[in-house]
Amino acid sequence: MTQIRAGSTAFRLSSAGWLVLPAVLLLAAFFVYPVFWLLMRSFSQPEWGVQNYQALVERTVYARVLWNTISISGLTTIGCLLIGYPLAYTMATASERTRRILIFVVLIPFWTSLLVRTFAWMVILQKQGLINDLLMDLGLISAPLALIYNRAGVLIGMIQILLPFMIFPLFAVMVRIDQSYSSAAATLGAPPMRNFFRIYLPLSMPGIISGSTLVFVSALGYYITPALLGGPADLMIAQLIERQIATFGNWGVAGALSLVLLATTVLILGLVQRFAGVRTAWGR
Amino acid sequence: MSGGTEHWWRRLRAVVCGLTIVYLVAPLIIVLIISFSSAPFLTFPPPGLSLQWYENLFNNPMWFGSLITSVKIMIPTAILATVLGTAASYALARSNFAGKFLVSGFVMAPMIVPVIIIAIGLFGVFRAIGLFGTLTGLIIAHTVLSIPYVFATVSGALSLVDRRLEDAASTLGAPPWTCFRRITLPLILPAILSGLLFAMVVSFDELVVSLFISSPTVRPVTVQMWSNIRGAVDPTIAAVATLLFCFSIFALIAESLARRRSDPSGR
Repeated sequence: MTQIRAGSTAFRLSSAGWLVLPAVLLLAAFFVYPVFWLLMRSFSQPEWGVQNYQALVERTVYARVLWNTISISGLTTIGCLLIGYPLAYTMATASERTRRILIFVVLIPFWTSLLVRTFAWMVILQKQGLINDLLMDLGLISAPLALIYNRAGVLIGMIQILLPFMIFPLFAVMVRIDQSYSSAAATLGAPPMRNFFRIYLPLSMPGIISGSTLVFVSALGYYITPALLGGPADLMIAQLIERQIATFGNWGVAGALSLVLLATTVLILGLVQRFAGVRTAWGR
Repeated sequence: MSGGTEHWWRRLRAVVCGLTIVYLVAPLIIVLIISFSSAPFLTFPPPGLSLQWYENLFNNPMWFGSLITSVKIMIPTAILATVLGTAASYALARSNFAGKFLVSGFVMAPMIVPVIIIAIGLFGVFRAIGLFGTLTGLIIAHTVLSIPYVFATVSGALSLVDRRLEDAASTLGAPPWTCFRRITLPLILPAILSGLLFAMVVSFDELVVSLFISSPTVRPVTVQMWSNIRGAVDPTIAAVATLLFCFSIFALIAESLARRRSDPSGR
């Protein structure tokens, strides 16, 4: 066998390509088909037509849930950004050792089951929970605060759960920011605040955009956390989809809501990718 | 003057970061402590220490059975997802065809599509073809969700492998499989292990899809926890949560060790 480099490369190319097939076939059968099947119900159940989409527009209960979903996701994103930014900055500027510890601390909740974290919040936020007990013992409040089964509970839980999705993209960008720009600005007399807003913040913008996108898009489809920490007024779209199936057996509306959720997710990711030109680096 | 402000900012940032770390980690530590509580209900701080909830976890067939079910799903899922995900990333990294970019987007898609949509779609389809409430169905569903994690991890490592090593091997007459096994595989093995651990954690922790396609007889531990949380909360759940947490931490440490070994710069 006298193989020259080009020849062997060509051989390898043609022989390796088929290896993608098993994964593609499995995903086609058990991912694409089921999703497509569900989305099609929106046009065919209970009869062919767009009546399910009409219902989404006409019935105010759907509009309210869509608004809940957007506002909870938006507030979660803002919360994650405000809380995550200082920590990401510290991670990016700390010594190697401190940085490694901080990364590990952020990775712990990232790797821990969503259900476990949500359950932990249920224990902490309940009426006789840690926070209420603490505040009562300190004499700051005389009656327990309502921290769970409402918007506050959902936000406390969701921000904690999605925080790593904000911190890692921020950190990835910040760690590459050249500190000499800030030093130069400081030397030239820029006060810290001005220095931050004019130099550092714009340079970290790609991280802010990719982190915020990741958090917002993930939050849109959340089911477990709002179901366990929220009240009846905080229903989100994923819960509404579940309810349409489990309670009403209404595949048509569930399909229509799924299409709205999926289209919104894909649209936002597409727009951000197109205009901000950032890779939505998943987590790490 | 400006030095004073600087100092003040630094201090504020340290406080903010400290609070953020507490916010991130404290809930998990509290559950861990509660799992050793001697009280018959969820309370913090616990009045005393006891192993009763761990005992109950292993003696109560409902809890222990669901734990075994989760393991029975996790192991085949991790193997399947690792093999399929690695094969796919190798195929895409080492071949060139039109639409390659689209195919890799396709393999990553289960990570982007909201999981509730996948769950309900699978529920509908599995009911029709008899996979609802079966181990096979759960293994297939979890594999679908895990493949992107393996694919992303292994693809990252493959892009760092020096192609000249593979070229050298095949120029010297190594058939593709030998070249992969002797050259590429050892280089990307840490990433494959990393992907395997990812798949294990994804499967072991998965709830939303399992909620829809499991049955009372085939019920993973997360679904058992879910129904428990929604009913009368039994503190055994804190023991289960601690177990899941320890499993994740174990996987995280193993993964970071694997990754450190794979990093050519030795970081």
